[in-house]
Amino acid sequence: MTRLRLLDHIILLVGVLFMVTPVVLAFITSTHDAVTIYRSGLQFTLGDNFLSTYRTVLTEAGGFTKQVDGFVMLKNSLILGLGFSIGKIVISMLAAYAIVYFRFPAASFCFWVIFSTLLLPLEVRILPSYEIVQSLGLVNTYTGLIVPLIASATGTFFFRQFFKSVPEELLEAARIDGAGAWKFFIDILVPLSKTMIAAIFIIMFVYGWNQYLWPTLITSDETFFTLVRGIKQILQVWIGAQIPDYNEAMALAVLAMLPPVIVVVIFQSWFIKGLVESDK
Amino acid sequence: MKKVQFQNRWIPYLLLLPQLSIVAVFFLWPAAEAVRASFFLEDPFGFGSTFVGFDNFIDTVSSSDYLRVTRFTVVFTFFVTFFSLGLALLLAVKADKVLHGSSAYKTLLMWVYAVAPPVAGLIGILLFDQHVGPIVDMAALVGWKMQIGVNYFDTGMAMTMVAVWKQIPVNFIFFLSGLQGISKSVQEAAAIDCRSGIRRFWTVTFPLLAPTGFFLLIINITYAFFDTFGIIDVMLKTQPGNDPITLVYKVYQDGFRGNDLGGSSAQSVILMLVVFVLTIVQFRLIERRVHYT
Repeated sequence: MTRLRLLDHIILLVGVLFMVTPVVLAFITSTHDAVTIYRSGLQFTLGDNFLSTYRTVLTEAGGFTKQVDGFVMLKNSLILGLGFSIGKIVISMLAAYAIVYFRFPAASFCFWVIFSTLLLPLEVRILPSYEIVQSLGLVNTYTGLIVPLIASATGTFFFRQFFKSVPEELLEAARIDGAGAWKFFIDILVPLSKTMIAAIFIIMFVYGWNQYLWPTLITSDETFFTLVRGIKQILQVWIGAQIPDYNEAMALAVLAMLPPVIVVVIFQSWFIKGLVESDK
Repeated sequence: MKKVQFQNRWIPYLLLLPQLSIVAVFFLWPAAEAVRASFFLEDPFGFGSTFVGFDNFIDTVSSSDYLRVTRFTVVFTFFVTFFSLGLALLLAVKADKVLHGSSAYKTLLMWVYAVAPPVAGLIGILLFDQHVGPIVDMAALVGWKMQIGVNYFDTGMAMTMVAVWKQIPVNFIFFLSGLQGISKSVQEAAAIDCRSGIRRFWTVTFPLLAPTGFFLLIINITYAFFDTFGIIDVMLKTQPGNDPITLVYKVYQDGFRGNDLGGSSAQSVILMLVVFVLTIVQFRLIERRVHYT
């Protein structure tokens, strides 16, 4: 029995090493200077260039136009992550409220229209989406960056499912007390959904922060670059260089993953709840 | 739906207005546009377009390039799905079993969920780098000269490994919550009837996990098709012609780099059909999951 236990732990530890090592190596490498890395490969012990590398990445303007530094990209990533998650939660809660709590003729039609968005990920309608956003003059704007991403119905489904599980008696009681539709929503339904909102917020924040294809197309102006989008740019400069700045590239990678990883680890239980229950 | 509902002529439409207008402008319109464009031959410089019927589809499906990409997509999807599901299941079963440190294992095994695909690709490039990559050094020890970005097979394999790495956490979380949903009494009854842990797993635990597994299968196929875009885009060194790319990447490449709007749209429409089928299957599975749990 004890031998079996040991085997379990060994398998789990190998799994953990497999998951963690690449990122740890990336971080350790980012603390060395480019020449060391170039000469002797990836490093396995911490170097002493941590501060200078990260200062360079965060504050020194790079890119082709020398207008964008790490802080700007960090800010853009935050705007995208927060704008996307908050926008999505607000819009989908309103829609789900209408679908579940109101009787109106077009209800099932509206539901199916929203449902249909799940059938087509942004990736397969990317070209026409780009052309439409362009014709609306939304290229290189935060609106063009965020709003088209909100179109998918995942959030609406999540809240619809949750609202359906809310006991009927609540609405009856609220109506007897004379609460209108708006008051019921704000005073009862929203407080009741707090945990759900937190769970979906975490998932959506990570999803928004990690967007790559859409920001790549819609932002050509470097001042709108997000961290994740900036990676390709860094790579292109990097491939052309004599001694590639491996350290700076890795520092950027670490910065790009840090906020979502922190959010997921700290709010782990909410995150898992949201992921498993939303089924998407 | 609820038995008790509000009745109001315009409030529900007002509530739905933001979502519906976004869906209309940024979903329905582009989707219709993709279908329309797939039947037209567009001038690359924007001087107009001609209706060509199904020519774009015929050209697409009959080109050897498309077949090559399709073959890679199928192989890539198979390996990504197989390995990420298999490894995640193994880890979840073990994490469910151990008494000590299970929450630490859980955290360490799931946090990679938050790493963006292109960031994973960037780290992958570093690990497989020609000059500094430790994996290339290790492969050299057994006489394998790995050339990521040059050799078709090596590049495809590196992409697959990074894609598997990135997908294990999601599968792990779902499998673990599925395992924890199996009732203790069932497990104890099985333990009394059967001494062999391995047989118990295949005859009792595995069938009970099947709904989760089927559901994850769809999720993983969708992932390998669409969400690996970032990994591929970062890991390719853009030498067109001999790159291992997926169908979704080809839509992007032909549309934005190749300026072949009709062909790209035809490919989009073909992919729409694939996603359509996958989504229908997925929803039927969700319905069933809800039923049984």
